[in-house]
Amino acid sequence: MIEKISLYILPLMILAILTAGAVKKVKIYEEFIEGAKDGFKVSISIIPYLVAIIVAISMFKASGAIDIITGLAGSLLERLSIPADIIPIMITRSLSGSATLGLFSEIAHNLGPDSYITKLAAVMVGSSETTFYVLAVYFGSVGIKKYRYALLTGLLADATGIVLAILVSRLFFLASTV
Amino acid sequence: MNYIFFILIAVSIIIGILNNTISEVVNSMLQSCDIAVKISFSLIGIMAFWLGIMRIAEKSGLVKILSRLLEPIAKILFKDVKKDSPAIGDISMSVAANALGLTNAATPIGLKVMKELQEENPNKDKATDSMCMFLAMNTAGFQIIPATVIAVLVGVGAKNPSEIILPTLIVTTLSFIIAILIAMLLQKIWNRRNYD
Repeated sequence: MIEKISLYILPLMILAILTAGAVKKVKIYEEFIEGAKDGFKVSISIIPYLVAIIVAISMFKASGAIDIITGLAGSLLERLSIPADIIPIMITRSLSGSATLGLFSEIAHNLGPDSYITKLAAVMVGSSETTFYVLAVYFGSVGIKKYRYALLTGLLADATGIVLAILVSRLFFLASTV
Repeated sequence: MNYIFFILIAVSIIIGILNNTISEVVNSMLQSCDIAVKISFSLIGIMAFWLGIMRIAEKSGLVKILSRLLEPIAKILFKDVKKDSPAIGDISMSVAANALGLTNAATPIGLKVMKELQEENPNKDKATDSMCMFLAMNTAGFQIIPATVIAVLVGVGAKNPSEIILPTLIVTTLSFIIAILIAMLLQKIWNRRNYD
């Protein structure tokens, strides 16, 4: 049902925009081409920024730094009854979308699709956005190098998201099983 | 960003040496350069498509109607955007695309917003308050239906995968609002103390 709805949104949106253009007697085809011309320029202009952020993040992942942080933070977070399995997701969710999804599949597979940790991870991943990537691409496309408080805002919001995910999941999924 | 870039790379190399993972670190460095270029090339087509569609939306006056509707809110959140700028309409389209999980549409529209905001920016290499606010809304990850997560849960055979929709919606809504509040607060601090 829900997947059906999201399947229809995209084509309906395009239909609505084209219809509005036709009603207003816009030269739809020519304007489309005019707009589309920028596609190449914009995509190419973000390459240097993408290289910088993706190289730095994948080196960080490959070094095993995330496992070390998990080890260090594990005992502390266990005391707050936050499961250690969830820590890698907490770190990668602002860094890399594909890595986060990979970790999530792994948890769902290893700990069972209906376990509390899987559900907590699902909420945490579903509410995440790769802050570093978004900032690099969006600012990169217009050549902005001084981010001012944008990164701090993004990271504080991510931290809030993590805390909220833990609290809300506890409320939804733990209360019912006790 | 200078610090983050330095820390990520320096820590990776040092840990790589201590942890005996230096060959993985070097390999991933070389491979990810390639990945970055592939990502940007794979964006070209979809970017061209959506920028074309958005141009029609703009010419037909749809974006302007949206801008007018949202003006009262926009005045508070995006103080330095000029009146009647197409940016406000495009910002709302971008947030809507993100909320609906239309990632393919969200990035091109978002980059269009950045271009419009940059045109009003007196200091071309420095972010404006409106840009920071727009990115706060974007990085908060507001999404109505977490489609990929549900797909994974369905894939591993979860009994009731849709039960995560409501809690996720609560979390994303709250963190969206909190992200906006954080951006407003930091904006005040930054502009008063003249940090940049």
